[in-house]
Amino acid sequence: MQYTTTPYQQKQFINEDGLCVTPLTSHLDNAMLLESYRAMVMIRTFDQRVVALQRTGQMGTYASCLGQEAIGTGIGLALGAEDVFLPYYRDQATQYLRGVPLEQQMQYWGGSEWGNHFTGVAAQDFPNCVPIATQVTHAAGVACAIKIRGEKRCALVTCGDGATSRGDFYEAMNLAGVWQLPMIMVVNNNQWAISVPRQIQTGATTIAQKAVAAGIEGFQVDGNDVCAVYDAVHYAAKKAHSGKGSTLIEAVSYRLGDHTTADDATRYRSHEEVNEAWKREPIKRLQTCLHQKGIWSENQEQALLSECKQEVEKSVQAYLKHEEQPVSDLFDYLFEETPPHLVTQKEHAQQKWSTLGGK
Amino acid sequence: MGAQEDIKTLNTDDNNVSTKTPHAVTMIEAINLALHRAMYCDPNVVVLGEDVATNGGVFRATVGLKEQFGHKRVMDTPLAETLIAGISVGMAAQKLRPVAEIQFMGFIYATMEHIVSHAARLRNRTRGRLTCPMVLRAPYGGGIHAPEHHSESTEALFAHIPGIRVVIPSSPTRAYGLLLSAIEDPDPVIFLEPKRIYRMVKQEIYDDGVGLPLDTCYTLRQGEDITLISWGAMIHETLQAATQLKKQGISAEVIDVATISPLDIDTLIASVQKTGRCIIIQEAARHCGVAAEISASLQEQAFASLLSPITRITGSDTPMPYLRRENLYMISSQDIVDAAIKIMEAP
Repeated sequence: MQYTTTPYQQKQFINEDGLCVTPLTSHLDNAMLLESYRAMVMIRTFDQRVVALQRTGQMGTYASCLGQEAIGTGIGLALGAEDVFLPYYRDQATQYLRGVPLEQQMQYWGGSEWGNHFTGVAAQDFPNCVPIATQVTHAAGVACAIKIRGEKRCALVTCGDGATSRGDFYEAMNLAGVWQLPMIMVVNNNQWAISVPRQIQTGATTIAQKAVAAGIEGFQVDGNDVCAVYDAVHYAAKKAHSGKGSTLIEAVSYRLGDHTTADDATRYRSHEEVNEAWKREPIKRLQTCLHQKGIWSENQEQALLSECKQEVEKSVQAYLKHEEQPVSDLFDYLFEETPPHLVTQKEHAQQKWSTLGGK
Repeated sequence: MGAQEDIKTLNTDDNNVSTKTPHAVTMIEAINLALHRAMYCDPNVVVLGEDVATNGGVFRATVGLKEQFGHKRVMDTPLAETLIAGISVGMAAQKLRPVAEIQFMGFIYATMEHIVSHAARLRNRTRGRLTCPMVLRAPYGGGIHAPEHHSESTEALFAHIPGIRVVIPSSPTRAYGLLLSAIEDPDPVIFLEPKRIYRMVKQEIYDDGVGLPLDTCYTLRQGEDITLISWGAMIHETLQAATQLKKQGISAEVIDVATISPLDIDTLIASVQKTGRCIIIQEAARHCGVAAEISASLQEQAFASLLSPITRITGSDTPMPYLRRENLYMISSQDIVDAAIKIMEAP
């Protein structure tokens, strides 16, 4: 007998040259393509501006999403308002599309917990999750709550390729399989977990095939093709909403930037590799596609770039004007009712800081 | 919202528990009663863990819950402690009230990332937007001749973490009342059950759904000469010691800390101001234990009242021995009596 592992094929609609290699399904219409393009350009503009703020001492350590804009955008557009989103930390596009203002995202990266105080569609979404893969078990818990209540919603969680080595990822995926949870896992396979490349992260041929052991469906999509991401999430959400269980989506992409602004990726990967990856990045190919479809012009491009720049700049100005949190904020959100020892500690802190001019 | 209707239908059944007549129950039965009562009163309460549904828990704490409230609310999870804690955080953020069981405290360490990094911080991290009203129950402590990893008292690990409550009952009455309050609490609670006294005594309790306050100590015996402070199973030896001391003319006040974090230090200070002497008894290892925190706080805030140094009686800084020499680790009532007499006799 021969034992084999079937290789997975990446689903793709628009290839790296901007050509439609798979006929676009009805929900991938012109309006969706234009909205995706606008969001991706907006987020790239934002991302570059935030890195610049960090370089000039006006921002905390920041994790860029450069090159991964299609994943966040595809999720953001396909996920329903009633669904719950649990991010890792390169989900700027999804958060933006779920109504988290750019200014509030900067508040988070700039060092204020108020950056996680989402309202509107994102009111039940989780904040960015720093301990790797722990958000995947939280998503399983959210999906449990949805299933217990019999609601037609789902939880969507993102993580990186490195996260799929962790127990939380396996334990949550195992539960998703055995309890048929309304949950979608989107792995941003950007090829790098800080300095550790995908090929020494796991011996599995694909990350998608990890789903097999959990008894759920798993497949790869081209994570730089917003249509492929959107279509996959749309499919998985519909499946989850109708009680048919969980899906693992491996979105294959590339981290074009450093891990964070505290990292220097030139220490562990070559310029040649990064230059090669730039040829597959998500925005240029969609622009080519829009031109080919005759729904985009150079004038529109210039207008969009200027609009994005203005919106980002407005957000930056608002971010820079934010007042510091009062001293009491440090103590007031640990418990619903602040216990006596914290009241005492708060009073001491307030006294100390008021003698220092309240700063 | 079909499932919610199912839950309501379940609740219209008589839960076979009378609130009018007292029940003579052990601690484990009191915990079981409290879980029934909480699930009956609030459809958002769910119970999960290993072997909790069909088997009713290895100590039978959850027996009968699945039959009464159904498998949607009483869940046998896969054998994965990290998962149990992680999904509890997710459920709680969706405004369920998960009561998760970790089978023994020796297996609780896999949950710690979720407790420390998420449950304890979710409210603070989101500035009150998402909260985490979960309870993590675990039997803890030695003295039942169990295998390795089934006898630890590592409550101090959790007491060190801001943003969670750590609650330990020491009698059937307090187990019932404190567990109800823990489940109703809007923030995460680690509820540690001293399994050595699970079936030691029976008390008459009214299953009236009334909780006992968290964040307060319970003075179990008034005294004038010395304050004995403890929690969990050691309360049993401490009360025995107080009885023996009485025969020798020493009046000991016994206080059950009950909620070791946040600590009700005021009750302890008031007692020490009255007696001037204090012994803190903890089953756990000595170094950085809860007794050390209590001792330091009393020294800071009641120094002028102290007639002698504060004494700690604790486990040794070793792992709990295997069962044949478990007795080397455990504290006896005589240890407490001896220490108290020594303090009283000091010039």
